[in-house]
Amino acid sequence: MELRPILSTLRRHRIPALLLVLEIALTCAIVCNAVFLISQRLQRTQMASGVAESELVQIQLAAIGKPADAKARAQEDLALLRQLPGVTAAALVSQVPFTNSSSNTGIKLDPAQKLPTLNATMYMGEGLIGTYGVRLVAGRDFQADEYLDFDAMKSDPNLQSKVGSVIVTQALGERLWPGQSPLGKNIYLGETSVRVIGVVQALIRPSLFMGDDAAQWTMIFPLRMSAASASRYVLRTASGQREAVLEGAAKALRKADPHRIILEKKTLDDIRREFFRNDRAMAGILVGVIIALLVVTALGIVGLASFWVAQRRRTIGVRRALGATRRNILNYFQTENFLLATIGIALGMVLAYGINLFLMTHYELPRLPPIYFPVGAVVLWLIGQAAVLGPALRAAAVPPVVATRSV
Amino acid sequence: MLGYYLDLALRSLKRNKVLTALMVLAIAVGIGASMTTLTVMHLLSGDPLPGKSAHLFYAQVDAAPDAKKREPYDVLDYQSAMDLWSAKRADRQTLIADSQIKVHAPQANQPPLMLMMLSTTADFFPMFDVPFQYGRGWSAEDDATHARVAVISADLNNKLFGGTDSTGRSLRLRDSDVRIVGVLKPWRPSPQFYNVAGGRFSEGQTAAFYTKPEDVFTPLGSGLEINGDNFQPFTCWGRPSMPLHLQSAPCVWIGLWVQLDDAARVAGYRRFLEDYVAQQKALGRITRSDTRLRDLMQWLDFNGVVPRDVRLQTWLAFAFLAICLFNTVGLLLAKFLRRSGEIGVRRALGASRAAVFAQCLTEAGMIGLIGGVAGWLLTLAGLWLVRRQPTPYADMVHLDPGMFLATFALAVATSLLAGLLPAMLAARVAPALQLKTL
Repeated sequence: MELRPILSTLRRHRIPALLLVLEIALTCAIVCNAVFLISQRLQRTQMASGVAESELVQIQLAAIGKPADAKARAQEDLALLRQLPGVTAAALVSQVPFTNSSSNTGIKLDPAQKLPTLNATMYMGEGLIGTYGVRLVAGRDFQADEYLDFDAMKSDPNLQSKVGSVIVTQALGERLWPGQSPLGKNIYLGETSVRVIGVVQALIRPSLFMGDDAAQWTMIFPLRMSAASASRYVLRTASGQREAVLEGAAKALRKADPHRIILEKKTLDDIRREFFRNDRAMAGILVGVIIALLVVTALGIVGLASFWVAQRRRTIGVRRALGATRRNILNYFQTENFLLATIGIALGMVLAYGINLFLMTHYELPRLPPIYFPVGAVVLWLIGQAAVLGPALRAAAVPPVVATRSV
Repeated sequence: MLGYYLDLALRSLKRNKVLTALMVLAIAVGIGASMTTLTVMHLLSGDPLPGKSAHLFYAQVDAAPDAKKREPYDVLDYQSAMDLWSAKRADRQTLIADSQIKVHAPQANQPPLMLMMLSTTADFFPMFDVPFQYGRGWSAEDDATHARVAVISADLNNKLFGGTDSTGRSLRLRDSDVRIVGVLKPWRPSPQFYNVAGGRFSEGQTAAFYTKPEDVFTPLGSGLEINGDNFQPFTCWGRPSMPLHLQSAPCVWIGLWVQLDDAARVAGYRRFLEDYVAQQKALGRITRSDTRLRDLMQWLDFNGVVPRDVRLQTWLAFAFLAICLFNTVGLLLAKFLRRSGEIGVRRALGASRAAVFAQCLTEAGMIGLIGGVAGWLLTLAGLWLVRRQPTPYADMVHLDPGMFLATFALAVATSLLAGLLPAMLAARVAPALQLKTL
């Protein structure tokens, strides 16, 4: 296909050609970045929690102040819950993944340090590891006689130094002691030190206020919670029984004390879904914008191409009369569109890169992966070709006899 | 002349329906997207107390013992808050702290509820123009005596008392009975400005600033006595003793708002804050000398209350509008230049360039107006979608008359802008050349 006649025609229709190029460039830039944003958001919703989500449910009671029998109450409740059909394990825990409520503390590697090394979250509760189904990759779980009462410890500074052991996540261990095994190492919380006795694969922070990079900086302590200091019961269930267990557990707890308020009863899957709902909503909006953008751009191409075909009707007739085949005419418009799309895409790539730089500084987004550029180009080429096909076919259908009229 | 141009425009639009529909669609989609996000933006970034916000100030001093260079903490410790509040150096002043509490109405036959309670002081209601349906707020004396009184929201009044006048009735807050002295009218400030703090630590996830106001309001002293251990500190600089006694803990947790009616009072209050800090430094209680006194809008700005996602959506919508604009420019160009012959005849018959230009712009404006109607419908659909999103501000989203007019203004402005270049080119058509080819 000869390019010269196309170029000389375009030179005489500079403004419409320029508009089309700009529209394709803007679309290309925005679609590339929007798709990237979507992939980021969706990837975030897949963040690993480290717990056996599909088997867990949570019941949260309203904090009831400081009842005298808080400790006994917790044990009674747990005994009640463990008896329910379908429950394989139960624990009263200080915090639950994806609930946005967490207790965190600064930790040091050396008691003489002025500032903490980093801020990590603290999980507490008897039997937490087994109930959550967190995978232990090194060391051991806490033994029954290692557990201390959280309430007693809180009010007595002497007891605080008795909490001797801690279990950390792999990510936290790697951050604190890169390349070494965390087992046997010491962490300082204020003046008290604790020794790492076990490492779990993963356990996510309940709230990601420190950013996603710090999501796995987690410690587990051998502390027993009471009804005064914790309000979240976590139950591990046999498969497919989560809803039934939730109903049964709520009923049993209410029967034990009708004055209690059950704040929330949910499966961990639901809790996760809610935690990431903003990300999903944003991804949905972006998908809508992308579709609308591509449709508008395609319609713009259809409109301009139709105009050109109508304007050049006589020229097409003359070319046909001089021996050009229908295919020649069809190819002419397709090549013209391909040319414009290519310029637009090239410009759009530069623009996409610029927008990405802006988003990187203002929205802490990573760099756009290079794969987006060829894929974006192919998509826009295809859309351009599809949009121009109709007008081009109409052009090819112009009969040669047009050339003889009104000359 | 305009009537004639309108008639011409209408004829021209009818002549090529597909092209017209494409242009109207492009404008409508662009307007729908940008007006939806603009309306949300307008709602979230607006002034919650127009006319009054310039006189309301958020006061900060910092009693933490560290010497690091940083902004003062967002809220105050108990000692500083009480000292500054009881000095009464502003025209009005109020303290703010909230907590979760179990609420039960003995008369209403309903299970207890877990609600948010705002513990504040008497000036809160007149200072923030809080509207009352029944009764009124409590007095300064009630603050001083820690009276067992409460003001409740319209929502709670509907839920517990079926919307009747419940003043004088009693309400059980946790284990204490309080007397209801006032019931608010529905009150939904956007954002819940008096409680805004810590926005700079939220990584742009600030939608929570737009939740509904609390359902129960009590005097600060009474609230602390009833529900003291459920108050949460904002942060602590030392390890508080257990059980937590916030009044003596090394923690910050109370906000102080003051009303200062003129510039002299503002300057006076700034001096007062500095003097207070200097005096406390002399006493050895405070080591940091920074103070802050931001007015309401500055405080909201400092906290970046508009969620980052909403700002991103607004950018996106306007980029989208830009693409629709380019599209419309191209299509209008096609449309006008196709009529070169007709324009040539008009020019030959004596129409000036300005007349042709005006005629083309009229046509563009008409497309904008039709696009505006369609865009308005799309905006309504967009806002309906926003209302279905799980965000705290979803219930407030609506198109107010100002934004309704803005929809059409933006649509016509966009189409005129789009028509500018095509109309200019059309006006430059050389009549002789066109007449030759007729």
